[in-house]
Amino acid sequence: MKLKVQLACVAITLFMGAPLYLITLAALSSRRSLNEFPLSLLPTSLSGETMSTFLQSTGILGGLLNSLTIGLSTVALSLLIGLPAGYAMARYAFRGRDPYQLALLLTRALPIVVLSVPLARIFLDTGLYDTTYGVTLLHTALALPTTILITSAIFLGVSREQEEAAMIFGASPLAAFVRVVVPQALPGIAASAMFTFVLSWNEVLGASILTLNRRTLPAQVLATLADSPLAFRFAGGLALVVPALIFIAVARRYLLNMWGTTLR
Amino acid sequence: MRQTRPALLLIAPSIVFMAALFLWPLIAGVTQAFHGPDGATTQYVRRMADDPYFWEALRNTALLIVVLIPLQFALAIVMALLMRERPRFAGLHFYIWVVPLAISDLAAGLVWLSIFTDRGYLNSVLDGLGIPTYSWLSFEHPQTMFLAVVVAELWRATSLVFVIVIAGLQGVPRDYDEAASVFGATYWQRVRHVILPQLRPSLQVALILRTILALEAFAVAQALTGRNFPLLVGETYQWYYQLQNPNVATAIALVVLALSIVAAVGYLRLMRP
Repeated sequence: MKLKVQLACVAITLFMGAPLYLITLAALSSRRSLNEFPLSLLPTSLSGETMSTFLQSTGILGGLLNSLTIGLSTVALSLLIGLPAGYAMARYAFRGRDPYQLALLLTRALPIVVLSVPLARIFLDTGLYDTTYGVTLLHTALALPTTILITSAIFLGVSREQEEAAMIFGASPLAAFVRVVVPQALPGIAASAMFTFVLSWNEVLGASILTLNRRTLPAQVLATLADSPLAFRFAGGLALVVPALIFIAVARRYLLNMWGTTLR
Repeated sequence: MRQTRPALLLIAPSIVFMAALFLWPLIAGVTQAFHGPDGATTQYVRRMADDPYFWEALRNTALLIVVLIPLQFALAIVMALLMRERPRFAGLHFYIWVVPLAISDLAAGLVWLSIFTDRGYLNSVLDGLGIPTYSWLSFEHPQTMFLAVVVAELWRATSLVFVIVIAGLQGVPRDYDEAASVFGATYWQRVRHVILPQLRPSLQVALILRTILALEAFAVAQALTGRNFPLLVGETYQWYYQLQNPNVATAIALVVLALSIVAAVGYLRLMRP
């Protein structure tokens, strides 16, 4: 039994890990060695050529910059709106709490595609079309329900008594929040911020529909997919995968909270 | 109730924001799909229905869900049960198993393209073993094209189910399991009659979420096959981007929404305890 468990784990790890290894290998091979057949499964001819050609292609560096701008703005905006709401959910038993929570869960389930096309029309009328602001607004809307649910779970874990003690000693509610609650909640908030960033980094459909020239990195890769060489696509694949590897390594401890329990 | 006012002040910005970005586009979308230059119309819906790609996309999306989701749930439950046995190097295994959580469907498509493409890694391995190579992604081979999309989605999206099931398993007390084992239940009897019933709420959430997300998949197929394997959301993208017709695009988007609602309500009814 024990041996079977170990073997099964190794098999699944190979299935999950081998594609990651292969895309890294492909993106770090020279263009010449990618044209050979059969391809070598070992890193025999590593080169930065494919990656640097990719980064120098039209629109890639700009797309990278747009993706970073939109990702960071989305994090800032969703925390700005989401933190107070998460705090209210954790601390107050208010009328309308249950319908509010239900609405949050429902909006999470709304397909992005239903929002994107009408939003393009609305943004055209309001001058937000093809701007980083427009995409930021859409991504914030997508991330906000999760941000509120995660942060409320985090605030629930911060003791109410300490906060009240600070207020008894004369701190204003805001000061008590900033100096007592936030420091304790910070690791969880950071994890939620990274979740939001990755969501924004990965979202491709809405970003494609809402922009024309200011494309994000995935939108740029998708738009040029059909007419680009294989080497470009492999490099694009690796560029999109790398943030995921980092994010999961850093936020591993909070994964179950983010994708597991808060969903219920 | 007490303290309603400060709480409302704190959640008010989020309500305004979500009304502006969810409710408004939703209403605008219904208008866009059913309202032409001369008042109410079904011309966009008819145009959508007249397009053979739409029906093919609908069929492919349904087929993908029907084949993918059972496989995905079986694999995720096996993975969660394996983790419960506390294998060696559990930390490393867990990390590799959850990495795809943060990988987009476009990236997953490109990753598997390096494997399934004609001169890719799969054919390289086959060639090395002396087996003739095969055009997995050619439009002449719809079965293997579909297989490639299923494998890529299985790779990418099983971790979401896995994480939800793992979180659910943490709520299952080990005592029950141990009690059953003391009374002589075999491993499979315990899984079937002790663990799985207690996972029902987690599985229900995962099922709803995964079905809705699977309805939205498109970039993975786009990256692997171009338009040879159309999916519903990919058709929205086509109508909006290539054919410049946002009205028909919205009509297809509303079909996706309707299917999501039907799926969610259906599961809730079916899995009612």
